[in-house]
Amino acid sequence: MIISKQKPFKEILACLEGVERVFLVGCGDCATVCQTGGEDQIVEMKQRLEAEGKKVTGSMIGESACHILNMKRELRQHKAEVADAQALLVMACGAGIQTFSEVLDKPVYTANDSLFLGNVQRFGHFSEHCSLCGSCIVNETGGICPITNCPKGLLNGPCGGVDKGMCELDSERECAWVKIYNRLKALGQLDKLRKLQSPKDYCSAEKPRMRVIERKGSGTQGPGTQGPGTQGSVTKGGGK
Amino acid sequence: MSKLKQALDAGEFVITAEAGPPKGTDVSQMLHHAEGLKGKVHAVNVTDNQSSVMRLGSLAGCHLLLDQGLEPVFQLTCRDRNRLALQSDLLSAHVLGIRNVLALTGDHVLVGDHPQAKPVFDVESVQLLQIIERLNCGRDCATKSGRDELPDGTELQGKTEFYSGAVVTPEADPIEPQLIKFEKKSEAGARFFQTQAIYDLDNFAQFMKFARQFEVKILAGILLLRSAGMANYLNKFVPGINVPDSLIAELKEAKDRAGDDKKLAAKNQLDAGIAIAARQIRSIHESKVCDGVHIMAIGLEAKVPRIIEQAGL
Repeated sequence: MIISKQKPFKEILACLEGVERVFLVGCGDCATVCQTGGEDQIVEMKQRLEAEGKKVTGSMIGESACHILNMKRELRQHKAEVADAQALLVMACGAGIQTFSEVLDKPVYTANDSLFLGNVQRFGHFSEHCSLCGSCIVNETGGICPITNCPKGLLNGPCGGVDKGMCELDSERECAWVKIYNRLKALGQLDKLRKLQSPKDYCSAEKPRMRVIERKGSGTQGPGTQGPGTQGSVTKGGGK
Repeated sequence: MSKLKQALDAGEFVITAEAGPPKGTDVSQMLHHAEGLKGKVHAVNVTDNQSSVMRLGSLAGCHLLLDQGLEPVFQLTCRDRNRLALQSDLLSAHVLGIRNVLALTGDHVLVGDHPQAKPVFDVESVQLLQIIERLNCGRDCATKSGRDELPDGTELQGKTEFYSGAVVTPEADPIEPQLIKFEKKSEAGARFFQTQAIYDLDNFAQFMKFARQFEVKILAGILLLRSAGMANYLNKFVPGINVPDSLIAELKEAKDRAGDDKKLAAKNQLDAGIAIAARQIRSIHESKVCDGVHIMAIGLEAKVPRIIEQAGL
């Protein structure tokens, strides 16, 4: 999921300067889990904004703020409240806020900073393991991504900064390549570590990316190149 | 043709040292230190924004050393350049007459003086060695999209002739993945290695047993200890460096001999450090355990000739 954290309230207030009537939007998905756009945070934000003399015209918690079609539909149920507001304050991720800048002409502001695509370690503990680089190499690296887990994104093994198995940049974090080494060794796949990894093709990470999955049986073919396993589908950006 | 390669291929006991470019445009001190190394070392590495601290570039530094009649080793890191810039700088280095490259990944920007910078790491040391091999074959590293083996690339108008080097940390913990990487570096095109500082020569001999399986030249890293405090600092904060207690005791004893005289204590310790470095070099030379040494004096380059002299070389 997308891990987010709320911006300092001062910063939120600064972007709402001159805005008296605000409509609040939360997200029932990632931002709810991150406690940045769930019901409790919407209520708290409403109270804090009202304490600053602003009027909250209404609020909604979208099922998934990143779902443009659904959000359009959900917004219709709040037509009057949205119309009455001078601006929207969206408590979701960077994708979620842009749903609203795409479908509304009003100013939209985000209350959050989006941090990373994260795994949930346990309640309230999130960690980053994938950088969405577009060409996954974990099949070569014991299921552990060095692009993300190694600060230098090395592809051929640890640097000289490994210190008793830990990363020199954070003595509490195990070196990603030591982890990969230990795992490949345990799996009897050390030959994978010996294989030279040539410079990575970053075309697959070129932004902005798009992907269209063609409907089965439609018989239509989209534009652009097609990779194996994506018959009838199109990925744009990333040159593939 | 690389003079460093000639010396190593001829079986000479090779000595290399370092020159650190200044933070600024005043190169007088760097050139002064370099002048003192003339005729005493086979080649001089020019560091590339060492420890991620912004300085005058290693390419310009190498060019100045060449003009001065020294054989430079162009240290090239992947931290600040993507593959276009790396190849472009390599072509530039070649036309300026630079023939030795030390391919490094580079420290992370977080350890340096511009931690806000965006680190590049488009490629890393092993891949940089592959790229140099390509340039030496007269082709660039351009590739059609797809994560495959290096393709043929585009033909260059005039190829490079680099003698490629890399680094290795013989005391890395754990050591196995470091040795695999060493193997990959030699496979990718490294012809010589300069090691991280080593102090325990028995451990180093063990490493050399492994390294001798490959067709590469090894220069043992000799880092000048200037005090017991520095030795303790290295042990505590620098991964892959282990200064044995006996050497720390030697430095401490030199310090204690000075009593309360701080200036004398510093001098005594530096003298002891020089003696330790010289002793190690002599021992490495006599045992022929490897092909030479790389002396790192970090700011005390002026002491390098004395170390070499005391080593009897």
